[in-house]
Amino acid sequence: MELTATTTIRKPAPEVYAFWRDLENLPTFMAHLEEVRATGDRTSHWSAGAPFGKNVEWDAEIVEEAPGEKIAWRSTGKADVPNAGSVRFVPAPDGVSTEVHVVLVYEIPGGRVGKAIAKYFGEEPHQQLDDDLRRLKQVLETGEVVRSDGAPWGKRARREFPQRPAQPLSDSELAKGADA
Amino acid sequence: MRANTWAGRNKVKVRDVPDPKILNNRDAIVRITSTAICGSDLHLVDGYVPTMQDGDVMGHEFMGEVIEVGAGVDPHRLRVGDRVVVPFPIACGACGACAAELYSCCENSNPNAGIAEKMFGHPVTGIFGYSHLTGGFAGGQAQYARVPFADVGPLKIESELTDEQVLFLSDILPTGYMGAEMCDIQPSDVVAVWGAGPVGQFAMDSARVLGAAKVIAIDKEPYRLQMAQRAGHTPVNFEEVDVRSQLLELTGGRGPDKCIDAVGMEATHGSAHIAAYDRVKQAVRSETDRPHALRQAILSCRSGGVVSVIGVYGGLLDKFPAGAWMNRALTLRTGQCHVQRYMKPLLQRIERGEIDPTRIITHTMPLDEAERGFDIFKNKQDGCEKVVLKP
Repeated sequence: MELTATTTIRKPAPEVYAFWRDLENLPTFMAHLEEVRATGDRTSHWSAGAPFGKNVEWDAEIVEEAPGEKIAWRSTGKADVPNAGSVRFVPAPDGVSTEVHVVLVYEIPGGRVGKAIAKYFGEEPHQQLDDDLRRLKQVLETGEVVRSDGAPWGKRARREFPQRPAQPLSDSELAKGADA
Repeated sequence: MRANTWAGRNKVKVRDVPDPKILNNRDAIVRITSTAICGSDLHLVDGYVPTMQDGDVMGHEFMGEVIEVGAGVDPHRLRVGDRVVVPFPIACGACGACAAELYSCCENSNPNAGIAEKMFGHPVTGIFGYSHLTGGFAGGQAQYARVPFADVGPLKIESELTDEQVLFLSDILPTGYMGAEMCDIQPSDVVAVWGAGPVGQFAMDSARVLGAAKVIAIDKEPYRLQMAQRAGHTPVNFEEVDVRSQLLELTGGRGPDKCIDAVGMEATHGSAHIAAYDRVKQAVRSETDRPHALRQAILSCRSGGVVSVIGVYGGLLDKFPAGAWMNRALTLRTGQCHVQRYMKPLLQRIERGEIDPTRIITHTMPLDEAERGFDIFKNKQDGCEKVVLKP
């Protein structure tokens, strides 16, 4: 399965590139990622969160990088969900902003993990990546993922609809935090 | 705290809900001193805006005192103790739309942008108390509200002006003003305004302030037309006269140079069969909007004129007079108001006495009586033009 998505961020390309190149930042806006840990200059260990089913992990390596312009990576070894991705950073015509073009490719396995992934992407697989990039834009332009009373759970917000009512959170709900 | 909430179609209910807390770094919590019921709240209550949920706190016109700020709020812009009017569109101040002062098109403030995008092609901004499509933010018909991006939107009031003088800077005064501004008014212009509700009244006052030669008010409620007339505008009652003929008469056959639709999706119509056609289509959801005012504005406008739309539309409409629009070189302009752009200049106009926003207030009542306020406003009882609620 190949997913593409794009957004425009009102920050210069080197800044957007640098944020993405620090792969440990990816889980702040990508809903399916629990953690990405750098294990070397070009290698990293990724773990997916609940949407992909539990305990889905893989190693990855950066296979191509052009500072300020492009990063490409792929999973290595015997990954549960072999995958690859690339992101290009292109100066926008306004002279201020950066167009971010992302391609993700997953080899969906059979079995439990495959089912969980199929359910996660649902009928509109692009929507998930679109929402990921919307959050990336929020983080880079405003500093964090925007929360509302109806959708207070940060990057997990899309999982529920109808949402909780648009009224303030109770203390116990508040204690769950943005990633509850 | 007490808050007025949506409780299903045609029903609002004041109930106890938790007090708001800081959720994002640049939030502020405001203790609300005055809030109002807006005509667009009626679209929500009447059930024409999708994604409302039982318990949603309503209200997007409010002001009050800042009682708490998040760690990320710029202290040079906002501090605890400041008296502020809060604009209804939530805007981040940092995206491309905000940089272009198109605050009601903010690209970051709506966490439900993905849903809005499906309906509108591109997302819309976050709005307080205005459905989950616009973010699912609790509104301001309450004792307290959480205000995101608090160092961008809220306008500090540092003079002795009363709440009533500045409250409507939150929405309806800038909305009416933008309606007139989009008309690019010339000194020779006759401006016709459909709808003599609160936004229409302010569109009329703004057209006059911007130099229009004559301003015409079109409505069917005698008390609303009288209110417009007292402010110096020319009334036309569409239940008593044929609007097109009357407009031709008032303009020497030219038609109004500029037309403002301050009605939106729930228009009523002098012609019963056309009204019934749209009501039925809207009821079975094969048309979301009843656009009589817009159709009539387009057909009435002089060739080469401007039709400015500030009444709210939610989805799709039928029988759009595209032929009149195209062949007669009309310009159609619209938008949810970019309130943040207009607050300061309009505050100055209020301070100079050029606009008196208090002239439309007919009712002031405690928040706990919001249900009654909605009832008389919706049903146009007791001469109701604008309800201010005091939490």
